[in-house]
Amino acid sequence: MTEATQGSAPTPDAADERVKEISGFRKALIRPELGGIVGTVAVFTFFILFAFDSGMFAAQGVMNWSIVSAQFMIIAVGACLLMIAGEFDLSVGSMIGFAGMITAIMSVTMGMPMWVAILLTFAICLAIGALNGFIVIRTGLPSFIVTLAFLFILRGFTIYLPQTIENKTIIGGIREAAEGDWLAGLFGGNVGEWFFVWLGNNGLIQTFERGSRAGQPVVDGIPALIVWAIILVIFGHILLTRTRFGNWIFAAGGDAESARNSGVPVNRVKILMFMFTAFCATVFAMCQIFEFGSAGADRGLLKEFEAIIAVVIGGALLTGGYGSVLGAALGALIFGVVQQGLFFAGVESSLFRVFLGVILLGAVILNTYIRRMITGER
Amino acid sequence: MKSLLAKLTLAAAVIAAPMMSATVAYAEGERYVLVSHAPDSDSWWNTIKNGIALAGEQVGVEVEYRNPPTGDIADMARIIEQAVASGPNGIITTLADFDVLQGPISDAVDQGINVIIMNTGTPEQAREVGALMYVGQPEYDAGFAAGLRAKSEGVTNFLCVNHAIQQPTVGERCRGYADGLGVELGDSMMDSGTDPAEIKNRVLAYLSANPDVDGILTLGPVSANPTIQALEENGMAGDIHFGTFDLGDEIVQAIKDGTISWGIDQQPFLQAYLPVVVLANYDRYGVLPGNNINSGPGFVTADGLEKIEEFAGEYR
Repeated sequence: MTEATQGSAPTPDAADERVKEISGFRKALIRPELGGIVGTVAVFTFFILFAFDSGMFAAQGVMNWSIVSAQFMIIAVGACLLMIAGEFDLSVGSMIGFAGMITAIMSVTMGMPMWVAILLTFAICLAIGALNGFIVIRTGLPSFIVTLAFLFILRGFTIYLPQTIENKTIIGGIREAAEGDWLAGLFGGNVGEWFFVWLGNNGLIQTFERGSRAGQPVVDGIPALIVWAIILVIFGHILLTRTRFGNWIFAAGGDAESARNSGVPVNRVKILMFMFTAFCATVFAMCQIFEFGSAGADRGLLKEFEAIIAVVIGGALLTGGYGSVLGAALGALIFGVVQQGLFFAGVESSLFRVFLGVILLGAVILNTYIRRMITGER
Repeated sequence: MKSLLAKLTLAAAVIAAPMMSATVAYAEGERYVLVSHAPDSDSWWNTIKNGIALAGEQVGVEVEYRNPPTGDIADMARIIEQAVASGPNGIITTLADFDVLQGPISDAVDQGINVIIMNTGTPEQAREVGALMYVGQPEYDAGFAAGLRAKSEGVTNFLCVNHAIQQPTVGERCRGYADGLGVELGDSMMDSGTDPAEIKNRVLAYLSANPDVDGILTLGPVSANPTIQALEENGMAGDIHFGTFDLGDEIVQAIKDGTISWGIDQQPFLQAYLPVVVLANYDRYGVLPGNNINSGPGFVTADGLEKIEEFAGEYR
């Protein structure tokens, strides 16, 4: 709640008795992102020690774990803000599969222009997000249950629709259908190709040895996915820490009743956050289908879980009212680096979960200590 | 808090140490990575792991197995990119979704990494991504062969129990089977899920709702084992024509009992073993078989089950 009260309190005078003096060091120590920062440093140190010459820190390796981390980040930003507002969304993973599939059906099967399909998909998914929120608010049921229902509903449609319409569960041909589309370019495509060509020409990164792309750099730009992740993290961070709406999010998740009493439109905040989570999932889905050119019924399986893990590693509180978007982004980075890095370190892939569990536990314990220091609870 | 951090670091190091030492043991020789599309829950792939382990040992190369834990093909694409970035001598991979995987695989080929497609995909697709060869069982053809055989054995109306509805290549078997029988697929393909109790009860429900079904096709042990139980429960075991893909302890036993007419063996052991041997010989001596290798379909019936029984689920 420290962050929440910052904005609404009047600018303190030097001698305001209500404001406690805190040293700069302690201030730095009690940021909610501290756990994430410590974890990030620890994880990178670990992999630099054990996997430095494995290709993990060459251009291609860096791009690989960056993309995976960026994926986690996109959904973690939505999940983080929603969790701070006191709610969960378990339908994120199914939403990813669903959004990709209906875009594919509308564009490839029904022949709509790609930009129309994309906009309609966003509209439908945001509406479902709003519906999630509306049901939670109206019924007073835990969002855990309501969104669990949507996990199944959306996954069911994602399998049923293409099977009924096309008699298969993967719809391809999206890349061809998106050719030259102005809106699809925002989700597919790369940024900064010239820079990587320059790096390749100067021998700073590896180039293709044969085939039609011989001589071109193996990494040919920063994928739109990473750009989206950065934009969403910055947007979420500013929204949460620099605006009145951000304070409302904290208040809605901290104590909804007293927030209502002090005039915060709690219902509106929560529904908007459900919609934002749906937005993030749809962005994820769009980046995925335009990169890979197909939508499949199995896309996004268990991603809701991964989003929540990233947020929790990043220091947010499961009960709401506390957390930070930067922390969630660092959590996503840790998750991505660990998941991909263990391979480079040559660890048996089934042990990945053991490692992830240890990190999750360590992060949560550390975060609890930090929170106790901030709030003074015992 | 410092001491807590120290403890956490120590704990992580203690846990990590055995993992590290286990993998650097045989870092000599070539290194190959096998990437599959199978989720962790799919036990069929154990045979694949046994296959690459034995080949690695015999040929003296290092072989790693990677898969997306949930079976998400987009995650699999990332794993291939990751394998490429780690600079192996060769990659053995399935081609579960051509659209998704063609990019990462052709990138690997263009960087001078030899690729062999195994298990899933078609010889044509393997050629298109620039792979050396395809080792496996063409799914539609195998289903078609199964359909032809079932037709000659009197099947007219069938149920296809599909436990992997999200993987289109597996469903190709049902389509091939229907075409081999010469009937419409229609609603005959059932999305059974992967939970044994659910599969069993769905099969029971379907059979009581559709009494004219006289043939069943299951697509692997995941769907076959509960289906065997279902037939034992409703008394149709041995009465209804039952064919399945793949083998396993329970399937072999059911073939012996007469519950299952035949199993179609695509020989996962060979799908894993041969690519490792081919790649190693290609890297060392430049020799390469001139064609794709069909590891299946082979029909396994009650005749000559001994060896199969001994190694079912391990090397067969």
